Amino acid sequence: MKDIGRLLIALTLIAAGAGLILSLVEGVTREPIKEQRRIQMLKALSAVLPEFDNSPDTDIVVLESGVDKKGNPIQVTFYRGRQAEQLVGTAFKVVAPDGYSGNIEVMIGVKPDETLQAIEILAHAETPGLGSKITESWFKELFKNKGLDNADWRVKKDGGEFDQITGATISPRAIVGAIQKGLTFYRDHKQEIVAAQGAQK
Amino acid sequence: MSLIQDFSKGIWKENAVFKLLLGMCPVLAVTTSAENGLGMGLATTFVLVCSNIVVAMLRKLIPSKVRIPAFIIVIASFVTVVQLSMEAWVYDLYQALGIFIPLIVVNCLILGRAEAFASKNPVSRAVFDGFGMGLGFTLALFVLGAVRELFGSGAILGFNLFGAGYQPMLLMILPPGAFITLGLLLAAMNKYEAKRS
Repeated sequence: MKDIGRLLIALTLIAAGAGLILSLVEGVTREPIKEQRRIQMLKALSAVLPEFDNSPDTDIVVLESGVDKKGNPIQVTFYRGRQAEQLVGTAFKVVAPDGYSGNIEVMIGVKPDETLQAIEILAHAETPGLGSKITESWFKELFKNKGLDNADWRVKKDGGEFDQITGATISPRAIVGAIQKGLTFYRDHKQEIVAAQGAQK
Repeated sequence: MSLIQDFSKGIWKENAVFKLLLGMCPVLAVTTSAENGLGMGLATTFVLVCSNIVVAMLRKLIPSKVRIPAFIIVIASFVTVVQLSMEAWVYDLYQALGIFIPLIVVNCLILGRAEAFASKNPVSRAVFDGFGMGLGFTLALFVLGAVRELFGSGAILGFNLFGAGYQPMLLMILPPGAFITLGLLLAAMNKYEAKRS
């Protein structure tokens, strides 16, 4: 055990060198990464909101929608798109926990009359070629202008009106269910979502 | 052995994937398309070359009792560099490769080269070894990805080859397709080798 000091010093020096290099790299990449995430977010927002002229990624309201399995509050962020100061739509993320393989994250855009402008699949791990067809535009188009009052929120197989995908009923069913829940939450909290002042304009 | 041999052995004679069957996790998991295979291969090559250089430079300073943790620190640092850079500048590829970028740390190809080659040889030879092994790995991933993409979605690097009427063999881009393709490629290479000798 005589040389334990030498081992300690060698490892410490290597770890310190690694730390130094990493902090430099992190410094260089911090801004581009932030920008990339913002671009991705704005891309998803412009896909689901009607035309807007503000920056919805900063005009936000955060609400709690319940608690997760561990008892921590689940927060939902509402991004509000405005055209000439008028609210034209609200975008928020809904998560379908009952997909075929993992969570499906969907960004939905709701117009002030509580119907959908559009939806966008943000992340999923459904079977390639079957469940993954939820990302195709014909499927996403099914939800255009649909709201709680003018649609039966079930897939056709369950007696509703949304086409399922041949060979994959579970993924569309999960999405339809998640969006319905999202729309219900929007209706129940509409006052807070629409009226509250965001962090900044 | 010359530097050229250090370089070229990694591409065919000691190819990490086809001959040594090292690093199978990324090989099987990310090769759903030629582009993913290429991206993963290049990221691994970068880490491999950098870690080979540093390990060879420090080989006389690192006490042999703690060499494995020291190698892992070096490798993990370069992997983090790759991960941050990819997220900053090639975001789409970063998303496609997902969890497999951080997992480059545990790719035994990299630790294997550090232990078996870079820690015993001068920097110049370690660089050539790293490039050779890395390119061999990239080539293998690219071929595997290209074959699977060709049959699984009828395209290579996103260019549609078979026309719109082609019914994709979905199996090929699902996990079993990776095993089947790798098995067939290995069989073909063994056959070729057996004939030559």
